This record gives sequence, structure tokens and C-alpha cells, in this order.
Amino acid sequence: MQTKRQYEVVFIVDPTGDEEVAKLTEGFSQIVTDQGGVIVKAETMGKRQLAYEINHHKDGTFVLLEIEGSGREIAELERRMRVNDRILRYLTVRVDEDRRRAEKLKDRRARKAAKRPSQGGHGSSSRRGAPMEFAEAAGE
Amino acid sequence: MSTNYEDRPRGGGGYDSDDDGDRRPMGGRGGGRRMHRRRVCRFCIDKVDLIDFKDVRLLQNYLPERGKILPRRISGNCATHQRMLAEAIKRARNIALLPYTTD
Repeated sequence: MQTKRQYEVVFIVDPTGDEEVAKLTEGFSQIVTDQGGVIVKAETMGKRQLAYEINHHKDGTFVLLEIEGSGREIAELERRMRVNDRILRYLTVRVDEDRRRAEKLKDRRARKAAKRPSQGGHGSSSRRGAPMEFAEAAGE
Repeated sequence: MSTNYEDRPRGGGGYDSDDDGDRRPMGGRGGGRRMHRRRVCRFCIDKVDLIDFKDVRLLQNYLPERGKILPRRISGNCATHQRMLAEAIKRARNIALLPYTTD
């Protein structure tokens, strides 16, 4: 609970009226900051075609928010988005755990590489290749 | 409906596996034809630690015409990366970046 959680929130706005998207995003950012969260990144991914229709809409404007906080602001944000008719859909993904894991893997790899500098590849390939070659020859 | 990823009967292995030690392809019905491609995990080679669900271009490679997730036995992905990939595809589907199905 002590470490801040990181979230990625993507939502799709009904694409009628583009300048409004910025305003809408601004409003949501305000909600998050009011609840004690921090907006790390707010980015409009632009208008793109939806892979399937949502509420008879064929395309929408995608907006990405990166939020750091406790999780309470997410609840509020999602509640607001659910109520808003112009939000076709939203998706919240908690990313801090996955990122930490990726970081750890990267570290481990770096340490491994430092410990034994590139020495030989894998085992000899001639033995392993043999049955395959045979199969190929016999198959024809 | 048949999803023909590869001209290979499922389960019917290429070799006879009785214990006489000869490894010869099974004859008949064209069953012994085994497609061998590079069975390597592309993500492992590229040292990918995280698969982003917003990376539609990447995910689309693992979504054949029908829109199903390409199985591991075809793509050659390792279990870890296949899991990450599947998760990413499912997220992308949820927000309409990728289709659930196409017909």
C-alpha cells in the first residue's frame, strides 16, 4: 500500500467535435488530481477506426492517461466515465507490477551478461540436426 | 469450420514410436510430412520484457484472418511470451483496437 500504483487508462471518446476531447481530458485529469492522484502522461492517440462497432459508432478518439496514485482516484474516474455518454469505452490497466517485473528481468540479464562474457553458443548443432535432415530426405 | 494453419494432422506425429529404434517417417496418407520451421520465440530473441496492448502493429502479426490468437505451436513462442501476448491481445480487443472475430 505504501508504494504508489501506476495505471494506464485508455478511453474512447465519441469523435464528434475534436476540441472537446481536450476539454474532456482536462476534466478527467482534474478529477484525478482532486482525489490525490498524479497525471504522469496525458496523450491523445487520435481518431481511429474501431475494430468493431460500439453503440453504432465505427470510429472514436483514443485518449491515454498514465496515472500514479493509490487506486481511489481510479474508482472515481471510472465512475465518471461510466456516467458520461461520450465515453464509448474505457480500459484501466495496472502497470507498475509488470514494469517492475520487466525491470527485474532486464537487470538479471545484464548481470548474467556481465558475469560470463559471450562464450560459445549453444551445444553442437550437428547432432540435433540429424533427424530433421533424415526426415526431409525421406519425405520426398 | 476449419482453421487450416498448417497442412499437418493434429496429434499424428511424424515418426513411428515403437521401440525398435528406427526413426522413419510414417507412410501413407501423406501424414509424415512435417513442416519444420524455426521454432524460436521472437520475443526472446528481441529480449522483450513487456508486451504493450497498444502496439496494434505487433499484435496483429499473431492474429490470423479469423481473428483468433495464433497458437504457440505455430508461432513457436515460449510459454511466458505467449501468455503476455495473449493478455495484450485480449486487452486490445476490449478497447476495440483489435477484433474479437472477423467474418
